[in-house]
Amino acid sequence: MSRQLWSFHGGIHPPQYKELSNQRPIAQSSLAAELVIPLHQHIGQSPEPIVQVGDYVLKGQELAHAQGYVSAPVHASSSGTVVAIEERAIPHPSGLNALCVVLATDGEDRWLEQQLDERHYTAIEPSHLRNLIRSAGIVGLGGAGFPTFIKLNPTGRVIDTLILNGVECEPYITCDDLLMRERSTEILAGIKIMRHALQAGEVLIAIEDNKPEAIAIMQQAIANEPGIEVVSVPTRYPQGGEKQLIKVLTGKECPSSGLPFQIGVVLNNVATAYAIHRAVNHGQPLVSRIVTITGDGIKEPRNLEVPIGTPIQHLIDQCGGTSGEIERIIIGGPMMGFAMHSSAIPLIKTSNCILATRQPEQPAAPEMPCIRCGACAEVCPVELLPQQLYWHARAKEFDKTQEYDLFDCIECGCCSYVCPSNIPLVHYYRFAKTEIWSQEREKEKADQARKRHEFRLSRIEREQAEKEARLALKRAAVQEKSETPDKGEAEKQALIQAALARAQAKKESQQEPPKNTAELTPAQQRIIDEADARRQRLDAAADTPRKEAE
Amino acid sequence: MLTAVIALTALALIFGLLLGFAAVRFKVEGDPLAEKIDALLPQTQCGQCGFPGCRPYAEAMARGEADINRCPPGGETTIIALADLLGREPIPLDAEVGEEKPKMVAIIDEATCIGCTLCIQACPVDAILGAAKQMHTIIEAECTGCELCLEPCPVDCIDMIQIPEKVLHWKWPYPQPPTETRPG
Repeated sequence: MSRQLWSFHGGIHPPQYKELSNQRPIAQSSLAAELVIPLHQHIGQSPEPIVQVGDYVLKGQELAHAQGYVSAPVHASSSGTVVAIEERAIPHPSGLNALCVVLATDGEDRWLEQQLDERHYTAIEPSHLRNLIRSAGIVGLGGAGFPTFIKLNPTGRVIDTLILNGVECEPYITCDDLLMRERSTEILAGIKIMRHALQAGEVLIAIEDNKPEAIAIMQQAIANEPGIEVVSVPTRYPQGGEKQLIKVLTGKECPSSGLPFQIGVVLNNVATAYAIHRAVNHGQPLVSRIVTITGDGIKEPRNLEVPIGTPIQHLIDQCGGTSGEIERIIIGGPMMGFAMHSSAIPLIKTSNCILATRQPEQPAAPEMPCIRCGACAEVCPVELLPQQLYWHARAKEFDKTQEYDLFDCIECGCCSYVCPSNIPLVHYYRFAKTEIWSQEREKEKADQARKRHEFRLSRIEREQAEKEARLALKRAAVQEKSETPDKGEAEKQALIQAALARAQAKKESQQEPPKNTAELTPAQQRIIDEADARRQRLDAAADTPRKEAE
Repeated sequence: MLTAVIALTALALIFGLLLGFAAVRFKVEGDPLAEKIDALLPQTQCGQCGFPGCRPYAEAMARGEADINRCPPGGETTIIALADLLGREPIPLDAEVGEEKPKMVAIIDEATCIGCTLCIQACPVDAILGAAKQMHTIIEAECTGCELCLEPCPVDCIDMIQIPEKVLHWKWPYPQPPTETRPG
């Protein structure tokens, strides 16, 4: 505990509300009759479905195969029949539909026969471990959903520190807390696999000091493990942010738009470590996760272990349903989550919390003009200038927002939280970010269209020139001929005569009698004569009835 | 007096030669301003601005003969970018040339197409594939949505459809700022 800790800039201390959901142990969710499994549950390319409607699949069977490097496969979360592969609502702020595999469960929850690597993980080479983790579909379970196998590839660098993120700094969420309390040995097994894959030096498990039970249990679990340390960090939001936590634990700062492994650090969530343990030591792909169902609108808030693809309404029903008038249901925490558009949407790998909030007694204060108080800049953990970003995003001056490092914003929501004018600052930044991406895509398309248009113009010009040249050639030839009429006449006559002679010669050569009637033996001649006589007889016989018929 | 005149004349001569040499040596091919303006245009090549394509419009703007608000596909974004580049005030889109519409893409009803090739000749970016008396089809990724193929089609088998919104390309909507009221 004597470890030196650093600090990140800004941050806030919102009310925690963790006690709502951390009083009950993790319960196993009941199996829904229908699982809707979206294909796109991570950062990167969508996987391609490899099953067809009507196929019977077992739990853990691959439904969609990863495409490209930054991608992850998706597996069946229970056994049953594929009833549809179609666009369904998915957890996304847009409320748009995306391709999902719909599974009608048979209630047996039968696992696919596991093909387990019998070797101890230390005997498996790191690259093979990464492949195992990749094919298990494991992505960062903290919320971002970056494919984990990529994070476990040191790409030739020395990784000094592997950090396990058990900070869980966002209010309401307790799924990592409960996981650490109940499954510490499994998490530790996953951590050891990660450490081996990365060949990392020291391992730090960071937990905020508002989770004393989890800290005590994890400390007990690692008691005999050299090089692994549990670090209690003072509670402050957004401590669980990747770059913030690295700063707090190591004092190192991640470069702007850089990745942690560039400074020799890799950071993963504790739930990801647990998933890795399931995948490597039990051969089970990522088909379920622990999720917090909480909020003042839920009767019995708690944590559930849920098969991926379970409809969110099914989970709320298991927690006693909702109470009171619900204002909205948020996926993720109150700071970074987004409101759900329909209760039919399924739970995916990255959903860590379902938060149902009751209609507040007082309506939210309206948005007011910015008074330039600067409170947002004081709390910004990335040390940006939120006010400047706001003005420029609002004026749609996107190049200026980029000058103020818009893309370093982690959308933590601290600025909006403290804003006395209730300006939805993060909404402006998200608007600006997606608008810039869209403009970049359009620019690319415009460049392509310009190239094609210019090519077309040059092609038309070339064709015109070629036509011109052909015509000119023809014209010249005609002119030449008309200028010298007499000289050509004799030549032409000679050519015609030559052609006639050739034709005559050919005709004569064809008039030779067929070769097979010459030089016949007497026997052959006799057979031919007989055949001729027969033919004559037959012809005569055939003629007679025909005449009668006429 | 005379030395001053000689000195000044000599200087004038030297600088004149230098400038003359620079003008020949560093001559810029093409119009760099038109180049910059063209880079900001959406390259739809639709001709709605009244010029036969984006490049001619860019050149006209560079010469100061055309206003910056005549590009409906580019819309507000393009007008702001042009105003920024040319140091002018952004102005609303000229209603005469049309209005800003969502991105569209052409689609050929393949059952009706008679294979006349007229649309192929009209397409400014060669985004239509086909041959005489063969069915034609549109290469969606290349289509700029210029609508130039609609008019020549003798059987009206080309439709413009809106590009469906995908989760990956979805944009956050512009937050509705409150009406600014100042306390009296």
